[in-house]
Amino acid sequence: MAPLLDRVQDYLPLLTQGLWLTVAVTILALVLASALGLVWAILRTSGRRYLSGPARFVVEFLRGIPILVMLFYIYFVLPELGIDLTAFQAGVIGLALIYSCYIGETFRGGIEAVDRGQTEAAKSIGMRHGKMMRRVVLPQAIRIALPPYGNNMVMLLKDSSQVSVISVAELTMQGKMLASSTFDNMTVFTLVAALYLCLTIPLNMVMRQVERRMGAAR
Amino acid sequence: MIRFTDVHKSFGSLEVLKGIDAEVAKGETVCLIGPSGSGKSTLLRCVNGLEDYQQGEIAIEGARVDAHAPSIHQIRTQVAMVFQRFNLFPHRTALENVMEGPLHVLGEPKAEVRDRAEDHLRRVGLADKMNAYPASLSGGQQQRVAIARALAMRPRAILMDEPTSALDPETVGDVLSVMADLAHEHMTMLVVTHEIQFAREAADRVLFLDGGCIVEQGPAADVLTSPQHPRTQDFLRRVTHPV
Ligand SMILES: Nc1ncnc2c1ncn2[C@@H]1O[C@H](COP(=O)(O)OP(=O)(O)OP(=O)(O)O)[C@@H](O)[C@H]1O
Ligand SMILES: [Mg+2]
Repeated sequence: MAPLLDRVQDYLPLLTQGLWLTVAVTILALVLASALGLVWAILRTSGRRYLSGPARFVVEFLRGIPILVMLFYIYFVLPELGIDLTAFQAGVIGLALIYSCYIGETFRGGIEAVDRGQTEAAKSIGMRHGKMMRRVVLPQAIRIALPPYGNNMVMLLKDSSQVSVISVAELTMQGKMLASSTFDNMTVFTLVAALYLCLTIPLNMVMRQVERRMGAAR
Repeated sequence: MIRFTDVHKSFGSLEVLKGIDAEVAKGETVCLIGPSGSGKSTLLRCVNGLEDYQQGEIAIEGARVDAHAPSIHQIRTQVAMVFQRFNLFPHRTALENVMEGPLHVLGEPKAEVRDRAEDHLRRVGLADKMNAYPASLSGGQQQRVAIARALAMRPRAILMDEPTSALDPETVGDVLSVMADLAHEHMTMLVVTHEIQFAREAADRVLFLDGGCIVEQGPAADVLTSPQHPRTQDFLRRVTHPV
């Protein structure tokens, strides 16, 4: 076998390609999941049963499905119903649907943790529900929800590896292919793990910084 | 101005208000006193629809208060509330707290709202704290911001629920003197308080609530100096000479 450094140099271009795809999948899924999660949280805390009931049902439903099954369903079953998606699209949508539940619960926790005195003060100056959420509750809920949201982000980044099962060529997929063509499992997967850590460790550090800033701004 | 007619309110099977009849006239300061759990907060919260009631009527200048009707938002812009624990918006400065209602609920022009908000903060003695966040203010300062926030709505009446009982003793005086000023300027106020001295000096009338009923009411001097009902006498003895 070639010397270690040469092999690393051989593998890195493909793995970096995968890394970028991992980043793309994660960011797109995160944006979608956060938007959808916010919708779930707002519906569930609306105090109106015809809104909170269905939202709760959908969340429990989605949450009960394993990510892999969700991905298979979107990628293999939807085409039979006339909805054709690329593997990349299917991966992003599947992850986003599942994570919208976790993120929605995180946001809901934040909203419910805002002091009741705040909503009473907002109401007492005549605010309606929508404006009260936007101007009083959500700004405070976001601060409360930030640490668990950071965890959601890291989890999502790691779970993005699951989209390899529908052949999205992200980091894990690239690793698997390289390993099976070179039989150099140890080097390849060590590199793969290291590349994930290159993302997760800085992400954790950034989250901690942001938390500290937000804490200080109060 | 605010009229209570046979108001009944229950939490589940617990009846908290058992037929309240009372009135707060325009320009009058009325203090609501009574033992813990007698229903003072509940009565106050019914006035701006933070609680609903099951029977009777609360009317503000003839308009019925219904916590579940769309009209409640309009009513709340006319009846301001000051809370025991201030409830300032922690993510906004003192000035922004005061501007919030006129600007974002009433939709008044920003420059005008700002000028007025600054005036209100100056008059409660906080000219130098306009850009401070609530967390950096003392309890007494926060409560004065809360009073300025209430005034900024140009309300017809202000409700206050024990505005000084969460304060350190040395800051109580500043808040009471702002309240006394308002009373002298004939702001219509309904104030739940244990500050008997304040009630004696600033209130026009006093309502004594016990067990969900108004046991005694009348001019502050009468009720506080020569209470007629034994329960009022007993209560006043206990708050003025705590054991
Ligand atoms: N949301 C609620 N649910 C159930 N019971 C309540 C609720 N709010 C108040 N109560 C009950 O209603 C009664 C009156 O409460 P309220 O807060 O009006 O008393 P209060 O006179 O303001 O007392 P305090 O001086 O301690 O503030 C109490 O027995 C209280 O336990
Ligand atoms: Mg009370």
